[in-house]
Amino acid sequence: MGVSVPSGASAETGPAGPVRAIVTSLRSALAPVSGPLRSLEVDTRMLGMVAALAVIWIAFDIVSGGTFLSPRNLWNLSVQSASIGIMATGMVLIIVSRNIDLSVGSMLGFLGYTMAMFQAVWIPQNLGLGLEQPYTWIVTLLVGIALGAVVGGLQGFVVAYGGVPSFIVTLGGLLIWRGLIFRYAQGQTIAPLDTTFQMLGGGTVGTRVGALGEWPSWALGAVICVAIIFLMIASRRRKRRYGFPVRPMWAEVLVGAVACGVVLGTVWVANSYPLPVNVAAAVAEERGIPVPPGGIPTGVAFPVVIMLIVTLVVTFLGTRRRFGRYVYAIGGNPEAAALAGINVRRTIMLAFALMGSLAAVSAAVQTARLDAAVTSLGVQNELDVISAAVIGGTSFSGGIGTVPGAILGAVVMQSLRSGMVLLLVDSPTQDIVVGIVLVAAVGLDTLFRRRVS
Amino acid sequence: MAPMPAPVPQRVPLVELRNIHVAFGGVRAVAGVTIDLHAGEVVGVVGGNGAGKTTLMRTLSGARPPDAGQILVNGQPVTIGNPRDAKALGIETIYQTLALADNLDAPANVFLGRELTGGGSLNDAAMESATRKVIGRLNPNFKNFKTPVLRLSGGQRQAVAIARAIHFNARALIMDEPTAALGPAETAQVHNLIKQLKSEGIGIFLVSHDIHDVFDLSERISVMYHGRLVGTVNKNDVTTDEVLGMIILGKPPTKLTSQELAELHG
Repeated sequence: MGVSVPSGASAETGPAGPVRAIVTSLRSALAPVSGPLRSLEVDTRMLGMVAALAVIWIAFDIVSGGTFLSPRNLWNLSVQSASIGIMATGMVLIIVSRNIDLSVGSMLGFLGYTMAMFQAVWIPQNLGLGLEQPYTWIVTLLVGIALGAVVGGLQGFVVAYGGVPSFIVTLGGLLIWRGLIFRYAQGQTIAPLDTTFQMLGGGTVGTRVGALGEWPSWALGAVICVAIIFLMIASRRRKRRYGFPVRPMWAEVLVGAVACGVVLGTVWVANSYPLPVNVAAAVAEERGIPVPPGGIPTGVAFPVVIMLIVTLVVTFLGTRRRFGRYVYAIGGNPEAAALAGINVRRTIMLAFALMGSLAAVSAAVQTARLDAAVTSLGVQNELDVISAAVIGGTSFSGGIGTVPGAILGAVVMQSLRSGMVLLLVDSPTQDIVVGIVLVAAVGLDTLFRRRVS
Repeated sequence: MAPMPAPVPQRVPLVELRNIHVAFGGVRAVAGVTIDLHAGEVVGVVGGNGAGKTTLMRTLSGARPPDAGQILVNGQPVTIGNPRDAKALGIETIYQTLALADNLDAPANVFLGRELTGGGSLNDAAMESATRKVIGRLNPNFKNFKTPVLRLSGGQRQAVAIARAIHFNARALIMDEPTAALGPAETAQVHNLIKQLKSEGIGIFLVSHDIHDVFDLSERISVMYHGRLVGTVNKNDVTTDEVLGMIILGKPPTKLTSQELAELHG
């Protein structure tokens, strides 16, 4: 094991002149705001990504004549981003630990297929318990998550204890899990799924909607805002207690206000998207009320709620638990991690097991949304997931990357795809654009990082 | 064999390595070396490149368990299978490479593998507070507690590595070339620290190329040559030239011919 240093310090090869000039001028243009930015203590890289996302959104909105930023499109965008975002959170930890998981798309297909079989065939037929049991969805989901941990953990075991490079192990996994689907599905599509399970995908079945609805959405937003404020106060108190510097009050208030504004704005957009007319009519009839003039708000979709929960959990594991600290330490310097007494192998295996579980969660969202498991489920998802993590600032040299960044990366990816679909750009052209953006994003990021260090 | 046997105190040694063997494939990196260390003592471990100094020390720090031989702490045989075992016995190591996770900040590195937790999560504030105290003792000008150690100077990184070793009430310290990357002022700081730790009763193995460092700081000097121990001498009984002779020619001073001694003086 060589001790290698994350890129930056020793990078001697400078970027091409014109590019460097652009970067320099950008930086000097931003110089006047860098002081206040520092007291805000916000991650400037995240800020840059948000700015890039804003540019993409506004550009698409102008070109599409206002369709892109409609509540309907944004709601769909949020659901499409969810399944990639869920897996991207785990991919961050994998890449941070200097590994890669190419098998997530195939694992997703395999796990989705198994979950579909479980709820549509095994529970009702083999166990003779019948369709549409109230527990079907949760048992299926939990079995999927557990199986995902086993499948991912198995790959992690071979990587960590067998010493086979993760690129090879998961390349094998990509073929193996996909092959297994074809073996045991024999090309069949498994459908229909349990109707409660379908809610996980954000779709509608009759009068049931896979979203929170108006008031629960507002309540969720309010809870998140309260939590943000509470955490900020707690962190400020803790810093004070240890005598560490705290940011000025105006900065604290501004950061809190922006964060809560984003949360409540998201809820507002989701609530601005009305249910389809026929669904709204049926829902109104069931509730015994007339359809309100603006329609019935859909609210935050369940896949988005799931993504939020996953983001919270993985962020907590990544930044507030020993497991996460060790993942980052291993990525920064594997030898140092081992010499510090960290169980490197176990940590790597657990990271892969977590990735498998997240693939299962994504598989549930995707199969539920389709109301079916098809053999092509999750094909090429590994590319989107890895791209999301990398666009979100995860470095392939290891040790660097954040979960919220990856979520933002997933939204950027899906915004590009969704925008191009809206503009009727054909699929090969979409791939070309996404490919260019991926390389450009990482190139620019490397450039900025080199400048900073 | 040693002509001037170092006075062996009657106390039980803090750490004793007995007849240690380490081989890498067919290469015998350490072959039957026995050395010991007492509380409040500095033992210099010297030798040329490839003499086996670092490999020998790595058996004690748990980085590479010995193939044969015995390790005793306070007279009791112990098994050190990994770095965690060594730390549990109060044996801390400052590696020549420093072994820092460059992407993490100073508190995360100081507490790496021994994080403070509370309420089910890492207690970063407590770790930072403790780190400020221990690094403040080494380098009062150290301010960058939030930046990845990658961005710190060589001396500051060294301070982080030393802080990690001394924060956990070590009984024995292994310092592998602690001043190799440092400027004169920082070297002086490390020297003061070694003297201070010694007075606190900590035993220190000081691995170094720099014969003057070793003479300045240690009571006894163990010289290695091609994986073997040439001998352990009392600093006051030998000259630097005699120790140099041991390092370069692999023979104890009494075995040196006058011609060889003359060549050493060049």
